[in-house]
Amino acid sequence: MKNIISTHLIQDRDVEKIVGKLLRFGVITASLVVLLGGILFLVQNGTQVRPDYHVFKGEENDFITFKGIFMGLFTFKPMAIIQFGVLLLIITPIMRIVFSLFAFVLEKDKMYVIITLIVLAIILGSTFGGLKV
Amino acid sequence: MSILTFTLILILGAYLAGLVGSLTGLGGGVVVIPLLTLVFHVDIRYAIGAALLASIANSSGAASAYIKEGITNIRLGMFLEIATTVGAVIGALIAIYTPTNTIAILFGAVLLFSAAMTLRKKNQEALTEGSKLSAILKLNSSYPTPTGTVDYKLKNVGAGFSIMTIAGVMSGLLGIGSGALKVLAMDTAMKIPFKVSTTTSNFMIGVTAAASAVVYLQRGYMDPGIAFPVVLGVLGGAFTGAKLLTKINPSTLRIIFCIAITFVALEMIYNGYHHKF
Repeated sequence: MKNIISTHLIQDRDVEKIVGKLLRFGVITASLVVLLGGILFLVQNGTQVRPDYHVFKGEENDFITFKGIFMGLFTFKPMAIIQFGVLLLIITPIMRIVFSLFAFVLEKDKMYVIITLIVLAIILGSTFGGLKV
Repeated sequence: MSILTFTLILILGAYLAGLVGSLTGLGGGVVVIPLLTLVFHVDIRYAIGAALLASIANSSGAASAYIKEGITNIRLGMFLEIATTVGAVIGALIAIYTPTNTIAILFGAVLLFSAAMTLRKKNQEALTEGSKLSAILKLNSSYPTPTGTVDYKLKNVGAGFSIMTIAGVMSGLLGIGSGALKVLAMDTAMKIPFKVSTTTSNFMIGVTAAASAVVYLQRGYMDPGIAFPVVLGVLGGAFTGAKLLTKINPSTLRIIFCIAITFVALEMIYNGYHHKF
C-alpha cells in the first residue's frame, strides 16, 4: 500500500515539473515572437503619430481573426506577428490543460480525466464556438 | 506623441505594473487597466484586452516557478477551473451588453475589494478534518514548508465553487485575474492554507483568462500596438518581482500599494459615474 502511494506521488511531481517547464517555454516563445513583431513595427511605424486609442474601433481592427493573423504572418506584417505572439500566449495555458489530461490518463484517474475534459470543452467551445456576437 | 515614445513609456509603465502586481500578488492586469485608461486615455475596452494578456503572462510565468516548489494543488485547480471558465464565458457574454462606464465602476469596486483582501489576516492553519466531498474529489493534499510536509484537508467545496464562478464572471467581464476573489473562495470558504491558495489561484488565472481571451481578440479588444509593450513590460516586471520576493518582505509595500489602489479605485468609480469612459 505504501509503495503504491509513493509511486503515485513521484508521478505527480514529475508531471508538475513538466507542466512548469511547458508554461515557461510557452511564455518565452510568445514573448520572443511579440518582441520580434514589436521591433519590426517600431522600425516601420515608430515615427508616426500614436493612433487615437481613445476611440474603440472594435471589429474594424486588422488581424483579429485566425485567418487574418495567418495571412498577415505569411506576408511578414509586423502587426500580424505581434498578434501571432498574442495567440501563442493565449494557447500556453490551454496546452497546459491538454498536458494535464494526458497526465491524468496515465495515472488512470478517471474522475480527473472527465473534469479536465469538461474544462477543455468549455475553453475550446468559447474559442471556436461562434461566441463572437 | 509618436508611436515610439508611446511604446517606450508604456513598456516602462507595464514593467512597474508587473513588478507591483507580482510583489503584492494582485497580478499585473489590475494595474494595467487604470494605467491605460486614466494615464494614457485609452478606451477601457483596449485596456481590458491588454489586461487579459497581462494576466495570462503573469500567471503562466509565476506558476511555472511555484509548481516547481510543489505547493500548487493541481487537482483542486483543475476542479475549480470548471467554475472559473464557465464564469469567464458568461462574463464575456455579459460584457457586450454592459456600458463601459458600468464596467469602470465595477472595476473600481473589485479594486477596493482586492485592496481590503490584501490586508486581511491570512489563514495559516491546516484543517485535519475535511468534508466528505473534498475526499471524494481527492482535493485534500499536502505541501512542503521549511519545517516539513504539512497535510491539509478542506471543506465547503460547494461554497468555494460558487465564489469561483463569480470570480470567473469578473475575469471575463473585466479582463483581470480576480485573484482576490479566488483567494476568498479557497482561503476563507474552503479553509486552505494561504500559501496553497495563492499559488493555486495564480495557476488558475491563466486558464480562466484564456477561456475568454480569443472572444475578446475577435471582438478587436487586443490592439497589437498596445499588446506588444504591455506583454513585454508586465513579463519583465513579474520576473523582477519574483526575484525580489525572495530577498525583501513586501508587507510595507503592500500597505502603501493598498492605499494607492484605493485612490485609483475611487477615481475609476468617480469617472465611471460621470460617464467619462
